[in-house]
Amino acid sequence: MPYTPDKPVSPPSADELRARIPGWGADLDPADRPSFPKERFDPGATGAHWTEPERQGDDPRRERSIEHAHLTAVYGTAQPLHGVSGAIRRYAYARYSEGRAAHWLLLVLGDRVEATGAHVRSLFTTRPDNPITETGILAEPRLRPIASRRGRVDLRHAWIDPILVAGPWILGGWVALRMVRRVFVRRS
Amino acid sequence: MKAMVYRGPYKVRVEEKPDPRIEHPNDAIVRVELAAICGSDLHLYHGMIPDTRIGHTFGHEFIGRVEAVGSSVQTLKPGDRVMVPFNIFCGTCFFCARGLYSNCHNVNANATALGGIYGYSHTAGGFDGGQAEMVRVPFADVGPTIIPEWLSDDDALMLTDAFATGYFGAQLGDISEGDTVVVFGAGPVGLAAARSSWLMGAGRVIVIDHLDYRLAKAREFAFAETHNFAHHDDVVVLLKKLTGHLGADVAIDAVGAEADGNLTQHITSAKLKLQGGSPIALNWAIDGVRKGGNISVMGAYGPLFSAVKFGDALNKGLTLRMNQAPVKRQWPRLFEHIRAGLISPGDMITHRIPLDAIAEGYHMFSSKLDDCIKPVIVPGA
Ligand SMILES: [Zn+2]
Ligand SMILES: [Zn+2]
Repeated sequence: MPYTPDKPVSPPSADELRARIPGWGADLDPADRPSFPKERFDPGATGAHWTEPERQGDDPRRERSIEHAHLTAVYGTAQPLHGVSGAIRRYAYARYSEGRAAHWLLLVLGDRVEATGAHVRSLFTTRPDNPITETGILAEPRLRPIASRRGRVDLRHAWIDPILVAGPWILGGWVALRMVRRVFVRRS
Repeated sequence: MKAMVYRGPYKVRVEEKPDPRIEHPNDAIVRVELAAICGSDLHLYHGMIPDTRIGHTFGHEFIGRVEAVGSSVQTLKPGDRVMVPFNIFCGTCFFCARGLYSNCHNVNANATALGGIYGYSHTAGGFDGGQAEMVRVPFADVGPTIIPEWLSDDDALMLTDAFATGYFGAQLGDISEGDTVVVFGAGPVGLAAARSSWLMGAGRVIVIDHLDYRLAKAREFAFAETHNFAHHDDVVVLLKKLTGHLGADVAIDAVGAEADGNLTQHITSAKLKLQGGSPIALNWAIDGVRKGGNISVMGAYGPLFSAVKFGDALNKGLTLRMNQAPVKRQWPRLFEHIRAGLISPGDMITHRIPLDAIAEGYHMFSSKLDDCIKPVIVPGA
């Protein structure tokens, strides 16, 4: 097939498409594409009855991106910083802009530290973390586990999942066991 | 109240939490009636979004009944049934004034590159989400809309993100009449993008995924041509053959960070979290689209770098457009389409689960079991 000015595969005609697809071409007119172009100056369109929103507060403990001039007018108060993970995250916010990989890598580190700490701490509560119920795998028998997975391309790397999920815990347990044994060996 | 909480990667459970409070004069408290789990919630669930804290409640797609309002709220009163866009936005900052509601500068103290999103980690502002009995809704006069009496709950829920985002994806593709549009990913956003491409005059719509049940849905819901990439050695060559070796005119990435299909990318991103997301679908889009073509990115990526093939994008003269959808801008037009019977977004919903079964819901959706496309949580069930 030579390369010519025309499209090598021409689409069906508008009439054919209109007959086959409900609503074909309903937004053909660019004026009927309300969000494109993306920017359209229209400050009256939002329902806001203020020129500047009232401020929620100015909690000095609330972390913020150093790219912001100040704490935003509204902010989430869902899970305030705490403990070691809180110190790591606070440092990431206070020291690095969003343009620095260190900012995000420290936040990821904070996530892992908090997750590990929360899991260990939960063992001393009346409701310890339960990897069986909290991962939802008990529902497997009801979800057609074999038929749902037949012929899927992502199974090629599914063998990694248990290693990556359980691996750190097994490794951590082994290290802990070695340390305990060493202490006992020294004492005896 | 009861709420879904994150307990670490791959672990969620239901906990008793304090009821949300009015923290700002324009806040509302909404009692959730329906909440959806979104594909982008899986990035949080898998621990891929930085600063996802233990105890966080996910959920940015929800509808419900107003329980209480702050002193400055004028348009809503207790008892109103509302649909809430996934974006939290103030209405008056530089960005909101220009319609960029998803990029609001007044709601996310933690980051400037991202606006505020319900239940989407502290990187998105640290607001608890709607997979709970109740939720705090800031700027109640700006975000929520009272659900019109002719609109079904399922349709309203799908407009809070998934369908509106897919529609926005097709808009950003800037489709011309007769264009060949390829959509990567047949999840809810991909299905909506494929369906919406026809509204904008596409001549062909091709959907690529590796899950046959989702491709079947793409044929039925979105009238698309479908191809399972697992059955092809090279998706890019497939696309070239389908288009007379030209490439598609428009490509829409509706996959995002957890793309499957390349082992190295999968390990470095989904498993080791060293990338902001595995850009396999985006790279296929770059290589599969024709020179001078448009790419619209709707899949969610994290803030870390991703290995994207920018050289090819440059050499091919591509236009790349992307954003989190400012979903409320799509509503008036989508309302018209639903009223005219052209689209029915609620048809994407496949599963309904009580809040107490949240862990099972996440596992099912994450592992793509039982032909799950869109699971919905019913907190009152
Ligand atoms: Zn969503
Ligand atoms: Zn704003």
